[in-house]
Amino acid sequence: MSLVKIAGLHKHFGANHVLKGIDLDVAQGDVVALIGRSGSGKSTLLRAINGLETIDKGELVVDGTAVHDGKGDLRALRQKVGMVFQQFNLFPHLTAGENVMLAPTVVKGLSRAEAQDIAKEMLLKVGLADKFASFPDQLSGGQQQRVAIARALAMQPKVLLCDEITSALDPELVSEVLAVVRQLAAEGMTLVMVTHEMRFARDVGNKLIFMHHGRIHESGDPRQVFADPQTPELANFVGSVQAA
Amino acid sequence: MLVQFTAWDIVRNLLEGGKWTLALSLIAFVLGGAVGFAILFARIARHRLLQAFAKAYIEVFQGTPLLMQLFIVFFGLSLVGLEVSPWLAAALGLTLFTSAYLAEIWRGCVESVPKGQWEASASLALSWPQQMRHVILPQALRIAIAPTVGFSVQVVKGTAVASIIGFAELTKTGAMLANATFQPFVVFGLVAAGYFALCYPLSLYAKSLERKFHVAR
Repeated sequence: MSLVKIAGLHKHFGANHVLKGIDLDVAQGDVVALIGRSGSGKSTLLRAINGLETIDKGELVVDGTAVHDGKGDLRALRQKVGMVFQQFNLFPHLTAGENVMLAPTVVKGLSRAEAQDIAKEMLLKVGLADKFASFPDQLSGGQQQRVAIARALAMQPKVLLCDEITSALDPELVSEVLAVVRQLAAEGMTLVMVTHEMRFARDVGNKLIFMHHGRIHESGDPRQVFADPQTPELANFVGSVQAA
Repeated sequence: MLVQFTAWDIVRNLLEGGKWTLALSLIAFVLGGAVGFAILFARIARHRLLQAFAKAYIEVFQGTPLLMQLFIVFFGLSLVGLEVSPWLAAALGLTLFTSAYLAEIWRGCVESVPKGQWEASASLALSWPQQMRHVILPQALRIAIAPTVGFSVQVVKGTAVASIIGFAELTKTGAMLANATFQPFVVFGLVAAGYFALCYPLSLYAKSLERKFHVAR
């Protein structure tokens, strides 16, 4: 049974038809990499999965919580779907620990002590146990992004969405963030990530989706898809990425 | 019989008037802040009717002279049979005026909180009130402090128009003294000095806050 099920999903930005009927199944424990050129709709698709983008038409079901033609309980959906952003988006007025504690206390109603325990555990998991009391502007980009991952994990999501989470990082900080994601994947976390790290997608992902002009143009096992692209568009894309 | 005014008489009376200017400013600022906060929420609400009301409220008070607003409150209320004192009319008029400006200033502050903060808090399943309370307002507040203190200078100066409806604050007291002493230049010079003494510390404070929060960002 699939954890995330998307059927016939359409999305417009004004006159621009950005998602033209997406069908996608993500099983428990899948690590899905979404790739494609900018404007292909990959980020929009990712953001639709937790309701940051409304759905014009089609169905989205995450672990039994359904959004049909854009109608459904978005807050229930978001409790099951965590998200990590390219720009980290930590809350600058809160410490790293408080960033992680906020949603468990406010949304789930946990006590401060309970939330604190969870926050400590999550920060430990991303290797930042000693940064509990640091404010975001005292942390490096890589550390901030790891706090953002801890913050998302604290809500115990069924699936974690990663939207180009290393694209805003200095090159030397990319690996520490990818290491955390790799570890999550190894622990069986279901991941859907938009990424430009092709090697990472190939090594860690078990499913690759190539988006082109608002459609899933090609998909399959990452190694196979990379080694033997079936369409000229993907071959072209892989070539341009590898050349870069 | 002509009363002779000593310099001390003039200053003493002006201080008395200044006291009312200060009181009026404080009331307008505190009540205007409270009403402005409510208007702010109406303005940024996703409820179309509330939003339209708040927009119209802000436009009306920003788009008409404060003096007209006072006239309308003062004469309008007495027209419908409510006898209001100049004091009450001035406090009410200035409160409405202040609330409209503060609501608009604060709206700008709320909107200057980056979109990513809304998205991150939404993706953590926070409701709109929770997002406002825990994520947006704490950040908007920091941004709002300096322009809010800056605007308080406008409120202090705005209280001068209350003199027109006969409320004996600093300006009105000055006008009465000028008539009695035939020394308008001296008296109004002192009146101006009084306003400056109230406003200058406020604008200095606003500037220092601006620097402080600018560095902190």
